[in-house]
Amino acid sequence: MSEIVMQIDGKEVKASDGMTVLQAARVAGIHIPTVCHHDKLEPFGGCRMCMVEVEVRGRKSYVVSCLYPVAPDLVVHTRSERVDKIRRVILEELLAHAPNSPELVALAAEYGADRDRFDKDPSFCILCGLCVRYCAEVKQKNAVDFIERGAQRAISFIPEIAAKECWDCQECFAICPTSYAQAAYFLTEALAFPGRRKSAMHGA
Amino acid sequence: MDSGKIDEIIDRHRGKSGDLIHVLMEIQHKNHWLPRDVLHQVAAALEIPFSRVLRVATLYKTFSLTPRGRHEVHVCTGISCHLRGAKQLLESVERATGIRPGETDTAARFSLETGSCLGSCSLGPEIIVDGKHHARMTPEKVEDVLKEYQ
Repeated sequence: MSEIVMQIDGKEVKASDGMTVLQAARVAGIHIPTVCHHDKLEPFGGCRMCMVEVEVRGRKSYVVSCLYPVAPDLVVHTRSERVDKIRRVILEELLAHAPNSPELVALAAEYGADRDRFDKDPSFCILCGLCVRYCAEVKQKNAVDFIERGAQRAISFIPEIAAKECWDCQECFAICPTSYAQAAYFLTEALAFPGRRKSAMHGA
Repeated sequence: MDSGKIDEIIDRHRGKSGDLIHVLMEIQHKNHWLPRDVLHQVAAALEIPFSRVLRVATLYKTFSLTPRGRHEVHVCTGISCHLRGAKQLLESVERATGIRPGETDTAARFSLETGSCLGSCSLGPEIIVDGKHHARMTPEKVEDVLKEYQ
């Protein structure tokens, strides 16, 4: 593995080939906010919160650091007026869907995002894909997946698989930034295999 | 539903997970819709999770998870056809088939869809039935054209 020297926020950072800018920053102790990132999962690039400014040969561009590969002599700025503005707008859009998500509310306070900027569309799911990817990559159960397209896109627990696999796992509930995974699961349980919880609790 | 033909399609792609979209398209064209038990068969034969089959089947507009008619009628409502009377044409098609856009009649003869520009502005107003373009349509001609499709 060849070593790459690059600059993040004015600091010399050593990274190895194949790493992403986000990984290089984390190794160097530089914080970049993320929502859809999870150390155990493949990069997804869904939430766009980790957007940073990179300078290649004097040209600035804005990229998601969780997918952008490191390169020699890359100059990265993790905070700038433009970067902060991009993150603020993304947060305002996500908050229109999940206004009370603790992670989003904390980030909103940091970036001065206005929760009420956009009309509320409380889907509660921000399509970060954490539950979908965790179920597929870590648990390899594929019990929850995206369905539909565009504005109708949503996560859905597949009743046939969820009935068999979810009872003893439910690990995606804790990684969901909005608790919607839990809500979606309980709705599926209520519709597709009701009664199991009751009989488990009462031993009936 | 002709389950023999569907089995034949699925058999041809057995074990090839990359063929998912092709399998679904072939079944969609033969059967006009994708029943859930067929999707289960596809998932098992291609050795991919059922959730991924559903994800793809719900993503593309080509695929229908509800029964569709034997004949697919598209009425162009694009700007050129609109100016040439697509609204009256659509109303006439609705009367002739007894269904509105997005619906299928109970005998599963027709499914009706609109499209904002189907790409033949010089032929408008037009309807497309099973891929065949019928140009310069008038509300009066609709019945005659649809008679051909039983």
